[in-house]
Amino acid sequence: MAKARASVLLFATLLGFWLLLNGSLATDVLVIGVIAALVITLLFRDSLAVVSEFRATPHALITAPSYVFYFLKELVRSNLRLASIVLSPALPLRPGIVKVRTRLKSRMGRLLLANSITLTPGTLTVELDGEWLYVHWVTVESEDVDAATADIVNGFERYLEVMYG
Amino acid sequence: MIDTPLNLLGALLLVAGAAFLLLGGLGLVRMPDLFNRIQAGTKATTLGTLLSLAGVACLQPDWGLKLLLIGLFILFTNPISSQVLARAAHRSGVEKSSLTSIDRLAEDQGAQP
Repeated sequence: MAKARASVLLFATLLGFWLLLNGSLATDVLVIGVIAALVITLLFRDSLAVVSEFRATPHALITAPSYVFYFLKELVRSNLRLASIVLSPALPLRPGIVKVRTRLKSRMGRLLLANSITLTPGTLTVELDGEWLYVHWVTVESEDVDAATADIVNGFERYLEVMYG
Repeated sequence: MIDTPLNLLGALLLVAGAAFLLLGGLGLVRMPDLFNRIQAGTKATTLGTLLSLAGVACLQPDWGLKLLLIGLFILFTNPISSQVLARAAHRSGVEKSSLTSIDRLAEDQGAQP
């Protein structure tokens, strides 16, 4: 049952993207879209974890927009900080790879966390290993696992935990 | 061309996007090693491209939905490609900058080969 629901969601998402990109509801466009979406759905049935692993609870639906907002804020901060590093003549770097731990269990939650870390101030996820993430940090501020986790992970985890668990 | 507030906003967004892309390029030149360069590249291109897309959306509102989709794809794929590049580089033992203070990944891999 869950599988059927995931397939329907995948099909609907693919067709939605196709129609948005085409910007038309002409018969030939629609037919091609339905066929392509159907084939892809049959081939990659389990692949739309963004939607199917999302917990559709009211709390999660409220959290999603604030996650997006927090993420965009961090993205801008990240760029301003990078700009200040790149533009300063001394190039104040203290790079290193630290280890952090996540409480998230779902694949999608971990993927979004890794992506979010990569796009935010001075950090880049290098390797994922179960609950451990290895993060390259332009200016290492804490080498200890718990302190680094608090600095890098906790901000996003708060939101993702509600959305994906 | 710049006659309405929306056009002005679009032009400003395009300039801001181009500025971040320029800073990203500068970062690529100035950063000492591959990992730091990826950092500069990923963040600047993501925000720079998103701002440029937003600017275009202001100038050509009809394209808004398509531009939004392009932005979404960039948000999802850009960090993944950077992460995979960084992982491949680390696995193949790319030299790290002498400034590097710590490498937990290498430590852990040394502990469990």
